[in-house]
Amino acid sequence: MRQIFSISTYLAIKEIWRNRGRFLLVSLVIALITLLVLFIAALGEGLGNGNREYLSKLNAELIVFQEKSDFLIQASRLGKDRLAQIRRVDGVADSGLFGTANATLVFNDETEPLKIALLGIEPGHVGEPPVLEGTQLSTDLARETIIDKNTAIRTNLQVGDLLTVRVTQGTRDEFYELRVSGISDGQQFALQPTIFVPFYTWDRIRPKSEAELNASNLVANVVLVKLENPSQLELVQQRLETQVDKIETATKIETIQALPGYSAQQSTLNTQGGFTLFIGILVIGGFFQIQILQKVAQIGVLKAIGTANPAVAISSIIQITLVTLIGVLIGGLFTFMFSLFFPPTVPIVFNGTTSAIAIVALILIGPLGGLVSIRYAVRIEPLKALGLSS
Amino acid sequence: MKTQTSYALETKSVIKTYQSESGSINAVNDVSLQVKPGEFVALVGPSGSGKTTMLSILAALLKPTNGQVLLDGEDLAEMGDKERVIMRREKIGFTFQANNLVPYLTAVENVELMLRLNNKLDKVGKLRARELLSRLGLSERLHNLPGQLSGGQQQRVAIARALIHNPSLVLADEPTASLDTERAYQVVQTFASLIHEQNRAGIMVTHDLRMCEYTDRVLFMQDGNLVRSYTSKAEIMELARGGVH
Ligand SMILES: Nc1ncnc2c1ncn2[C@@H]1O[C@H](COP(=O)(O)OP(=O)(O)O)[C@@H](O)[C@H]1O
Ligand SMILES: [Mg+2]
Repeated sequence: MRQIFSISTYLAIKEIWRNRGRFLLVSLVIALITLLVLFIAALGEGLGNGNREYLSKLNAELIVFQEKSDFLIQASRLGKDRLAQIRRVDGVADSGLFGTANATLVFNDETEPLKIALLGIEPGHVGEPPVLEGTQLSTDLARETIIDKNTAIRTNLQVGDLLTVRVTQGTRDEFYELRVSGISDGQQFALQPTIFVPFYTWDRIRPKSEAELNASNLVANVVLVKLENPSQLELVQQRLETQVDKIETATKIETIQALPGYSAQQSTLNTQGGFTLFIGILVIGGFFQIQILQKVAQIGVLKAIGTANPAVAISSIIQITLVTLIGVLIGGLFTFMFSLFFPPTVPIVFNGTTSAIAIVALILIGPLGGLVSIRYAVRIEPLKALGLSS
Repeated sequence: MKTQTSYALETKSVIKTYQSESGSINAVNDVSLQVKPGEFVALVGPSGSGKTTMLSILAALLKPTNGQVLLDGEDLAEMGDKERVIMRREKIGFTFQANNLVPYLTAVENVELMLRLNNKLDKVGKLRARELLSRLGLSERLHNLPGQLSGGQQQRVAIARALIHNPSLVLADEPTASLDTERAYQVVQTFASLIHEQNRAGIMVTHDLRMCEYTDRVLFMQDGNLVRSYTSKAEIMELARGGVH
């Protein structure tokens, strides 16, 4: 067995080295495919992350929606009375109102206006992101805000700065000043950078229609629930749905899946990645099949002089794997270099797990594509060396 | 099963039958022959007479339909595929009509490959490969790829490869087919002297009767049968002078 392996390795490497131009070309094609696949994966990760970042980092197990809202945060309306009911349910450790709106940050200097997600949360309750710098929000009514890292990077705002939020209320543009109390890590929501404000402040400064301006009741979108014991998820879910009127509950994952366009976007990108891999399989398969067809006589001679069939097969596998590995390596390096030049606004995130899965898939396309040609090589008869076939 | 014999190669009533649409034909029909170590035999005959088929059987590439093929007393006809692969790399040396060499290995690597396959490539082996190639006039061409060698040079590298691992039997299929007359004579002459020197049993298939000049015996095949054997020097020289068959 060791003998077979050493002879296959010898033949495989000699052939690649003496035809290195040709093999390098295939490796480069694989490198391009790698680049594409990794970028598609990173784009999927980036877009997905932009959509779900706040929710996936959220320290809550359940999200309570208005009934029949299809788990759409923006479509759900829950009054403050519901919060009191939820807090009384057994097994609920903490809960917090959550409201979402869109707004624009405007600046006195040259800085471009920035569209952000304006999120209302209750200071000290679930939903408020931990700050990396500065302090958490102080009171329910404070004119303070926690900005996420994305907002900070794009605006250069620092802890202690004042920022101006522009919203439309009724028919008028209103401007509100808030002091930055803290900066959190990335907390994108609906693909936008975010700022967090105390819920009552949020209710005052969020965009409103003419009708809403005159209404006085406080309405959130959903209520975030943290459990005393996360393993009791289903039990508490049942209790909530029986003890609180007109609500439905969803887990974090269900809520993320229901984000507008999220699932469609992810499956589109996955399909693109899959197709690119498939093209890779075809390219490798085609190249090695043509190679084998040109090598029939030569392989016949090798077998005639006593090269065992497994050695021929292993030699092919080594070649294909090596060419693929080199291609993936070059592609990975290219991807890394390109990624250094991408501005932070491009939603590309290289996630370790996702990239690893993509790379394993890419390395597998070689042997998969080469399967047909390896089978063909094994079947070549040594009699071909004599210009005969039986 | 080992039979004691003084022959390197001995066949007993070898038959190879092919099935075709027009019925079955015996490409090789009851051929018995013996070759001693150090003996160089030519296999000649018109096209379609069964030479290549016979050579393939002797080469352990093709199983005969019937009969025995004893190489150093072991019957090739009874062996399975794996055993035959081992026989081919340990006991048999080959040169083929064309595409002899592995195109991505240099001359000396092609010769060494035979030792590598047998797990016997050591310093001595490497030295012998170079000596043998020098002997064949290729000392300047050791590190050339086959593509950089002429047809005759390639054929000589193949001869070195066929001999380097000290096989019992050396087989050559039309070794001169792609060479001009002068080169052809040279190649066959060197081949013959190496076979004699190293005491191998050699069999060469050729349709060029002039090449028989350097052989010890000529077997004439027709329609799958061995119809004549030329054994005396005089007979062989006469046949060779007669020119191309
Ligand atoms: N694979 C095969 N199937 C059927 N008939 C074959 C096959 N190989 C050779 N033959 C027939 O066997 C006979 C001998 O062929 P071959 O050994 O090639 O002769 P030679 O080498 O002397 O020209 C020919 O009639 C040929 O047509
Ligand atoms: Mg023939």
